[in-house]
Amino acid sequence: MNGSQPIILLKEIRKNFGQTEVLNNINLYVLKNEFVTLLGPSGCGKTTTLRIIGGFETPDSGDVFFEGNRINNVPPYQRKVNTVFQKYALFPHMNVYDNIAFGLKIKKMDKAVISKKVDEMLEMVNLQGFQKRSVESLSGGQQQRVAIARALVNQPEVLLLDEPLGALDLKLRKEMQLELKNIHKRTGITFVYVTHDQEEALTMSDTIVVMNRGKIQQIGTPQMIYNEPKNAFVADFIGESNIIKGKMLKDYSVEFAGHVFECLDKGFELNEDIDVVVRPEDIKLVNVENAMISGEVKSVTFKGVHFEMLVEGQGVTWTLHNTEMAQVGTAIGMSLNPNDIHIMKRTGSV
Amino acid sequence: MNRRWVSYPYLIWMIIFIVIPSFLILFYAFTARDGQGIRFTLDNFYKFCEPIYISVLLKSLGLALFSTFVCLVVGYPVAMILASKQFSKSATLSMLFIIPMWMNFLLRTYSWLTLLEKNGIINSVLSFFNLPKIDILYTDAAVVLGMVYNFLPFMILPIYTVLMKIDGKLVEAAQDLGGNSMTVFRRITLPLSIPGVMSGITMVFMPAVTTFVISKLLGGGQYTLIGNFIERQFIQLSDWNFGSAISMIMMIFILISIWIMSKFDEDKGGGAALW
Repeated sequence: MNGSQPIILLKEIRKNFGQTEVLNNINLYVLKNEFVTLLGPSGCGKTTTLRIIGGFETPDSGDVFFEGNRINNVPPYQRKVNTVFQKYALFPHMNVYDNIAFGLKIKKMDKAVISKKVDEMLEMVNLQGFQKRSVESLSGGQQQRVAIARALVNQPEVLLLDEPLGALDLKLRKEMQLELKNIHKRTGITFVYVTHDQEEALTMSDTIVVMNRGKIQQIGTPQMIYNEPKNAFVADFIGESNIIKGKMLKDYSVEFAGHVFECLDKGFELNEDIDVVVRPEDIKLVNVENAMISGEVKSVTFKGVHFEMLVEGQGVTWTLHNTEMAQVGTAIGMSLNPNDIHIMKRTGSV
Repeated sequence: MNRRWVSYPYLIWMIIFIVIPSFLILFYAFTARDGQGIRFTLDNFYKFCEPIYISVLLKSLGLALFSTFVCLVVGYPVAMILASKQFSKSATLSMLFIIPMWMNFLLRTYSWLTLLEKNGIINSVLSFFNLPKIDILYTDAAVVLGMVYNFLPFMILPIYTVLMKIDGKLVEAAQDLGGNSMTVFRRITLPLSIPGVMSGITMVFMPAVTTFVISKLLGGGQYTLIGNFIERQFIQLSDWNFGSAISMIMMIFILISIWIMSKFDEDKGGGAALW
């Protein structure tokens, strides 16, 4: 925590919608200036968590703290956070200027000040000269920029973003990811970002919170989450991976797929059953004679940068990514470096 | 894909029952029949300019405007309640407003007669509690009451429909930007519901300004609104020419009111006029 106080703190949050449990004991803190991403499949509770921070939902139990103060019952309009909504939620009866100025007008700011701030915001989101345009005449990307400007102009302590790029096409999404990252750097505002797109999360975040079925699965930096997934769900959700059942023989030694491998993990019990995660791009193609594992190529798919190959060997179907291609039906050898073998406690469910 | 023929029955219907009668009214309004036959004249319109007719027209417009206003003041909150989260999913409350409409219009109006009579149900209840009796039957108040009662659903339904269509996310966005419930209503909900308010006003004002049944039943025999006046020309006095002329004048008033409404609507829809 570097000694700094978290700006947002969620403590043992639980929330049910009728019979459905949406959030089950969520504990989470967000530091000032941090870019935190809540990542998970739809229905995992990430949006509900965001709405609890925004004040649109109240938790059934547990506490929400903002800068150290409990804010469970503070209505949205009194919170120092602003939200960028999934489908922008721009006011259709106002032009771009009035949309962005909405929050400032409520604060009864001076007209000249408002006008200056709105102009600055439009410049930040690259929409100079759009003041008088009707929001309905804008493209999806432009509407998104207006929504971001409308939230940021209020200089919130925390900006909440609920899948803001979900409705944009791939190219525009990539552009906006970089732009949002830039805005985050320039303004120093804390971002809490919700997405189901793992690549987006890895690209933008300082910290990723992986959620599934109302529970936090893992919290960590993008590298940590990718390289050291805590369980099979995280490994599977963050990028493609081979998950193989194995046994930890002793520290730094693991047996799976009929072979004993050297690894970097320790601290498990002797002969403990574990899951092994191997990323498809970490499997090296070698001669069959030198191989740790050998198998037969079952299919090859061209994926642009690399080929994806499914190889059957040692009772496991391996997914491989490689820029070289092997012919279907041929036997190949595979090899793994110790630091490419990731050991996870067996959780029983994927 | 030429499917124009499917509209032919509708067109024929329109021609027989709307276009031709309109031309007949036009024809009657500008003609008079005397000894030599039918001749073109503006006399019917001159006749209407007499003070007694003008005062009937003004009274009709005034009562209709007032009833429309009452419907708006009563109907808007009801529409908001119906559209609110707690009730939008339950049909019961909306049914309570729709079921009376299934009953015959005359029957509903007649029932107010028995309710409002000197020794009617309302006064019996009042006297039972030793409260002063109300005596509003055959007054403007009774006519306004009848109009509001009969036309209120036409105000509620369009407003309700528009309110239901407002994206809840817009309300949340406004709250998020610092708006309390009053501000959210004033700057988001109300301006976005203006189209519903406008069609509600039109749908109440038009039947209210031309009604003759409500005024006849609840206003009594001598009570005259412009609707009664037109009816009398056709039914009792057989002066179809004068009756047609008054109908034309009413039509012009209604067209003007629709035009004003649509103008108003455009302004609201296009910009941020309420700011």
